[in-house]
Amino acid sequence: MQTTNKNEWPLWEVFIRSKAGLDHKHAGSIHAADAQMAIENARDVYTRRMEGVSIWVVESKYIHASEPDQSEALFEPANDKIYRHPTFYDLPDELKHM
Amino acid sequence: MNKATKLLYTIQIADNALIIGHRISEWCGHGPILEQDIAATNIALDHLGQARSLYQYAAEIFNTLPAEEKKQMFSSTALQAKVAANENIDEDDLAYLRDGWDFHNVLLLEQTNKDWAYTIARSFFYDAFNYFFYSALLNSADTTLAAIAEKSLKEVTYHLRWSSEWLIRLGDGTEESHQRIQNAVNDLWMYTGEMTTANETDKAAFASGTGADLAAIKTAWKEKVSAVINEATLTMPKDAWMQQGGKDGLHTEHLGYILAELQFMQRAYPNMEW
Repeated sequence: MQTTNKNEWPLWEVFIRSKAGLDHKHAGSIHAADAQMAIENARDVYTRRMEGVSIWVVESKYIHASEPDQSEALFEPANDKIYRHPTFYDLPDELKHM
Repeated sequence: MNKATKLLYTIQIADNALIIGHRISEWCGHGPILEQDIAATNIALDHLGQARSLYQYAAEIFNTLPAEEKKQMFSSTALQAKVAANENIDEDDLAYLRDGWDFHNVLLLEQTNKDWAYTIARSFFYDAFNYFFYSALLNSADTTLAAIAEKSLKEVTYHLRWSSEWLIRLGDGTEESHQRIQNAVNDLWMYTGEMTTANETDKAAFASGTGADLAAIKTAWKEKVSAVINEATLTMPKDAWMQQGGKDGLHTEHLGYILAELQFMQRAYPNMEW
């Protein structure tokens, strides 16, 4: 086994759409030398049990994430803002899919 | 076309699928990276699935042959014991109970994996052939073979894409990868001619409308192969003496080792299941 990382292929994040009309969802990550190989590796690793109809890949280094230690400031203020949920409206009966 | 010839034709296609599938499956757990380990194993299973469909059909044909013809078809004692007992055979019997001289795969596919480059070159030569072969078989007068071809062609299209990609990557990669894939292409070249050289079975199958036109495939194959080899910055080998015999049961020394591993359990413990 090689112990250094310099010869390793970059990491890619894989997003799979499970069927037409749905969103692409994060499925996991794979190693690949370039985008085309990433899509093929993703196809082989993540869609072998009919999980998908479409694949997106993006090199992991291009994903920017929120800081875990800022999560209080970022997310907790939403906890007591229940009025942001549309639960205070009387919906007409004809409206079925809300 | 008589039944015996149709059986042999089906067996030729099935044995190709089983033997390449077995060879590629040897990479399971040994792939160069995890992602390719899975890719190779997927592809091996595709080939095995094709082999199963074809062996099922071959067994069906075999079971309808007159007793005299059954005796002449495959000579292994294990299989002939079933014939003597008047038993029907199935796909497993064809895979596990025939001896080397009753296998009709082309020599290319039994060649050892050696390294990733040889594995890729072998697959590429075969996938390119298989793509045109199954495309032609879509029009077979035999509806079962045409249906198997239709199902297989989607898989084979991906196999060809996969092995072409790798051939190009290795050829257009580093100095070492270029040299290794060029060596593999050169060394395996002499086994490529057999795929598109018609033996008596191929000729009878084509004449009856069941089989593919290998002469037409030969042209298409060469065009495809030379296009990918050029893109991979590799040199196309010169036309040379081509080995053959596999389709008629004359094999290289490698097939016996494959069968020893593949068949050992069924031969040592007949009818075992797990």
